[in-house]
Amino acid sequence: MKKTLIKAALTISLAVIASASFAAEKTLVFCSEGSPGGFNPSLHSAGTDFDASSQPIYNRLTEFEPGTTKVVPGLAESWTVTGGGTVYTFNLRKGVKWHSNKHFTPTRDFNADDILFSFNRQWKKDHPYHSVSGGKYLYFGWMDMGPALKSIEKVDDYTVKFTLNSPDAPFISNLAMDFASILSAEYADKMAAAGTKETVDNAPIGTGPFEFVSYKKDAVIRYKAFDAYWEGRPKIDKLIYAITTDATVRYQKLKAGECHIMPYPNAADLAAMEKDPNINLLRQEGLNVGYLGFNTSKPPFDNKIVRQALSMAIDKQAILDIVFKGSGSAAKNPIPPTMWSYNDNIVDYRYDPEIARRLLASAGIKNLKTDIWAMPVQRPYNPNARRMAELIQADWAKVGVTAEIKTFEWGEYRERIRAGEHESALLGWTGDNGDPDNFMFVLLGCAAAKSNVARWCNEEFDGLLRDAKKTSDQAERTVLYEKAQVIFKDEAPWFTIAHSVQFRPVRKEVLNFKIHPLGSHIFKYVDLK
Amino acid sequence: MFSFVIRRVALLIPIFFGVTLVSFGFIRMLPGDPVAALAGERDMTPERHAEMMARLGLDKPAWEQYFDYVWKLLHGDFGTSVLTNRPVLDEFLELFPATLELGMAAMLLAIIIGLPIGIFAAIKRGTIYDQGIMGLSLIGYSMPIFWWGLLLIILFGGIWGLTPISGRISYLFDVETVTGFLLIDTLLSGEEGAFASAVHHMILPTIVLGTIPLAIIARQTRSAMLEVLSEDYVRTARAKGLSPLRVYGLHALRNAMITVITVIGLQVGTLMAGAILTETIFSWPGIGKWIIFSVFSRDYYAVQGGLVLIAMIIMSVNLVVDLLYGLINPRIMHTNS
Repeated sequence: MKKTLIKAALTISLAVIASASFAAEKTLVFCSEGSPGGFNPSLHSAGTDFDASSQPIYNRLTEFEPGTTKVVPGLAESWTVTGGGTVYTFNLRKGVKWHSNKHFTPTRDFNADDILFSFNRQWKKDHPYHSVSGGKYLYFGWMDMGPALKSIEKVDDYTVKFTLNSPDAPFISNLAMDFASILSAEYADKMAAAGTKETVDNAPIGTGPFEFVSYKKDAVIRYKAFDAYWEGRPKIDKLIYAITTDATVRYQKLKAGECHIMPYPNAADLAAMEKDPNINLLRQEGLNVGYLGFNTSKPPFDNKIVRQALSMAIDKQAILDIVFKGSGSAAKNPIPPTMWSYNDNIVDYRYDPEIARRLLASAGIKNLKTDIWAMPVQRPYNPNARRMAELIQADWAKVGVTAEIKTFEWGEYRERIRAGEHESALLGWTGDNGDPDNFMFVLLGCAAAKSNVARWCNEEFDGLLRDAKKTSDQAERTVLYEKAQVIFKDEAPWFTIAHSVQFRPVRKEVLNFKIHPLGSHIFKYVDLK
Repeated sequence: MFSFVIRRVALLIPIFFGVTLVSFGFIRMLPGDPVAALAGERDMTPERHAEMMARLGLDKPAWEQYFDYVWKLLHGDFGTSVLTNRPVLDEFLELFPATLELGMAAMLLAIIIGLPIGIFAAIKRGTIYDQGIMGLSLIGYSMPIFWWGLLLIILFGGIWGLTPISGRISYLFDVETVTGFLLIDTLLSGEEGAFASAVHHMILPTIVLGTIPLAIIARQTRSAMLEVLSEDYVRTARAKGLSPLRVYGLHALRNAMITVITVIGLQVGTLMAGAILTETIFSWPGIGKWIIFSVFSRDYYAVQGGLVLIAMIIMSVNLVVDLLYGLINPRIMHTNS
């Protein structure tokens, strides 16, 4: 009894301290899912790294409007595209202040030197900072920035010119990505002079809404509002990431008020979250797609009729109900509905085994024996590939197709798919920059030999994508991508399955928090009641 | 005594090399590699993959990598984490105090409760107390840590609100790291309420981590005591009319302690294994959680360096236990010499 009383007294006193300090200053606690590898988003490229570095601490030339993939001005106030889509000239924002810490107090505002430093470090192998902190610039490589860039020049302190080797409209979206965050050249120079170059990556200095305060590995990251932030000081005073790896524990912390926002809830907890009066369960389709790709280089999958028939033989709704259990929405296009140029007029193949059987017969297919490859890993766009493959196998059996399910270790799985060993394979994609090119060209373009699971090359489709790369006019590009989606649907190189739905449980006192389609957690506009 | 110590230390050398071999081989036997783990489902050209593997020194033949690894270990270099690019030893030392603090608390709990109830059960052998204690300890021993941890969190933290859900201290306190032991650092910081918060956060993880060792210690103490209590000298002691306290405390317990100390020593391994789960559930920033994450991300250097460090700690504890035997029961030392 006595112990209980002591515990109760302790709990109450801590609660009082907690509420008192809530009143004094606004502290937002985010129960993050893991520890960042580091605080330089060009070096550390997981979502957890970006949440901890690029979003609170840094800015980029262009930014994504929160909640959308629309590109808006960031550190570049405006830009012009000339030279047939190959020359991008950015007018930089003036009066943007840098953070400071115990190693560094800035003597100047942000300018063109910082842009040159941030990109050249990743691009030029002979840059004095290129090899610092391990020098793994993964995203810079993945987005093919090296081959795309011809030159980056400083025109004056507030004008920078990027010249590309060929027109590449998605380039402007690439610049809004986390890896393209802008670091301080002055800080880098100072640390180089002190012989502690790695400090630039460990004790970050940015222009973003929050200043980095401290990090205790696997425990907590602390930030404070940056008073001189160019968009205006954030409404919350302190931002705390309470690192909590287990999703069930995160939910308990959220319920107990120990944190305000949590990412990646367990599917099993969603129903309870929905009923909780203190929690708002936000949801949005993720920027991803899960699909079954037919290997069009192998007969009979080179025949469009066969692909259409097999698509009609699969009960998509059953997959959504059984495999996704409400955390997925049906996909009919290769891009998700949150992305601009999504063609909503497309009509998906209807589940109809009878017509499927007739179509197969008309194509001269009898007793087809094939395989379905199932990924060995869980992904948001495919929470259980094995189960999904079993459902498809059963559906196909109904139209006389016998399919064997195959699976390999993840690395080998992708390697064998690249080599084209499969007949049909389950895979998916999560978008990088919110540009349709990042789905269609990367996954279905003729040049994308390795990531094109369907090994599908349609000249008309590919021509539309290439035209869309050349123009930076979004309206014009939208028309081209919409047409491309029509061809895609008719040709059916994939059976499009689902877009996963992202859920973010948020306590009711949190205002203005939006789910970002790219999965980042952005707190600069968030306020607390 | 000296030659006893030397022989015990010499025995550790082959064990140390065995551990390096296992830790080196184990992580490489898993499918995938650190570069592939970083890439996820993204395409990486074989050239880029090879370049990054070379940068990490993973392109060399395995035997060369192994000798390089052992050579560096012998020079005190435990490697650099692929993921964070920090020295493995630094990461380990940053996180180890949290594991040690929790482990010591759990051990203390296990001994303080396990030892007396084990003795009590032995004295009350065959009674309902004995059966009750042994029944409970069997349950404790069989308790799956993850389930037990979540149950306590949901009950005490969630429903009754008596304890915090997870973490090491309330985020309201930003205590400067001096020793890494939060109970000490909070006292040093002088921040009001910080120590209480740290203690408060330790309650559930200590119980969860301490449950299995507690059960084992209680059971082993009981059986060791039963064995000793049936010895002639105990009967003699009783016949002499010594008080029960002297019979059990001085004559029986001292002899039973040999087994009990061995068991306590062996619990270090159990604690390390338990720490992996306990730290994950309670978001406790220790090495258990770190090792698991390093395995998932195929951080070869962190895993092999971390495992060797953990093995070294377990070996040192076992060495101390071996030496303690000698002190408690000089016959062991003499037999061996």
